[in-house]
Amino acid sequence: MSDDVTAHVEGDPAQDLGTGVPQARWPLYEVFVRGKRGLNHVHVGSLHAPDDTMALHNARNLYTRRNEGVSIWVVRGDAITASSPDEKDPFFAPAGDKVYRHPTFYDIPDSVPHL
Amino acid sequence: MADETTRLATAAGPDGTTDVPEHLRRELEEAFERTVGSEGRVEPRDWMPEGYRKTLIRQVAQHAHSEIIGMQPEGNWILRAPSLRRKAILLAKVQDEAGHGLYLYSATETLGVDRGELTAKLISSKQKYSSIFNYPTLTFADIGVIGWLVDGAAICNQVPLCRSSYGPYARAMVRICKEESFHQRQGFELLRTLMAGTEAQRAMVQDAVDRWWWPSLMMFGPADGDSPNTQQSMAWRIKRHTNDELRQRYVDMSVPQAEALGVTFPDPELRWNAERGSYDFGAIDWDEFTAVVKGAGPCNAQRLAHRRAAHENGQWVRDAASAYAAKQEARRREGVAA
Repeated sequence: MSDDVTAHVEGDPAQDLGTGVPQARWPLYEVFVRGKRGLNHVHVGSLHAPDDTMALHNARNLYTRRNEGVSIWVVRGDAITASSPDEKDPFFAPAGDKVYRHPTFYDIPDSVPHL
Repeated sequence: MADETTRLATAAGPDGTTDVPEHLRRELEEAFERTVGSEGRVEPRDWMPEGYRKTLIRQVAQHAHSEIIGMQPEGNWILRAPSLRRKAILLAKVQDEAGHGLYLYSATETLGVDRGELTAKLISSKQKYSSIFNYPTLTFADIGVIGWLVDGAAICNQVPLCRSSYGPYARAMVRICKEESFHQRQGFELLRTLMAGTEAQRAMVQDAVDRWWWPSLMMFGPADGDSPNTQQSMAWRIKRHTNDELRQRYVDMSVPQAEALGVTFPDPELRWNAERGSYDFGAIDWDEFTAVVKGAGPCNAQRLAHRRAAHENGQWVRDAASAYAAKQEARRREGVAA
């Protein structure tokens, strides 16, 4: 993401801030919340925190202020391996031509029950 | 061909500025326009035109900054709330505003900017926030009016953005809109309570309405004729209605609410137009709007100074958290080594 050219387009970067001490950035964490028992954890957003424990607490404060969850996962963004974003990606192509994996592929007379 | 485009889109990085051959660039643009035009969603690592990314960063960051600065006029009354109930509500509301700011900073970061940088731009006035927060909260009735009128205008603006073409922004807006409903209702309830009180309390509500009505109308931005970027933003589906359309919708929604409350809006020209099926209203003072945007509002300097001070005074907390994390990490490593 550091190669984004828009980041500094409007002016100087943040060096003149605060005490002037260059800060290490806190890592980015992606947050996943289980809405209730029986459901999967679902991605809800991200936050920054100095460590895993703080990330969990911040996630609690930020994403579950109204009982939105019974369980939270926080995962450092740099620990996630992702497929390429484009949906046309050949990565998914092998699934494209295998219609026989779907039940509707098979022609069964309507008169046959429970099938 | 599609495969080649895909590879290039990925190789080009988030800004898409790597030297992409012209014919492939056109293909990427066409694919993008097809997605947006058919109400599809653009997701963070997709190729997108430079202008789309820049406009979104500016729009979402400005929205995030507004939520953060918006904590100040209301935070001003937390310690002076008239009851524990009102104090708990106000505290929860201000906390929500912080949350909304963070959801939006999170969405902005998916476009390739760092939120530390956005804060830096806010406090050095390189990015703006909504001008409405440059007006002062003079009485507790202002808290009710902010919930009713200011958050009401925000909802009017934001509900259509739940269908923004940029996925992370749309998802943040869904979450925010759910919470804004509490904000508006608590404001209206507060005002109803005051209106059921003494003559002085009713006058306080009317005074607050008189001060906030016009600035609320300005929240929708310049008139359509003076909003040159609207057409492009609408084509990109990051804006779903024009400023004037939203403003009219807001006026039409607000008038019956004012009647239910028993207050009037300070506009002698406000009247029902049966032909249009809408309320006509008077001319907005665009000179005031421009002046406040440019920094001459009653509280511009104060709001920024406060945000800057909060950032600087919080430095030791961030440093301490970093130091603690570093120490824990070092201990963990020692433990592993031993």
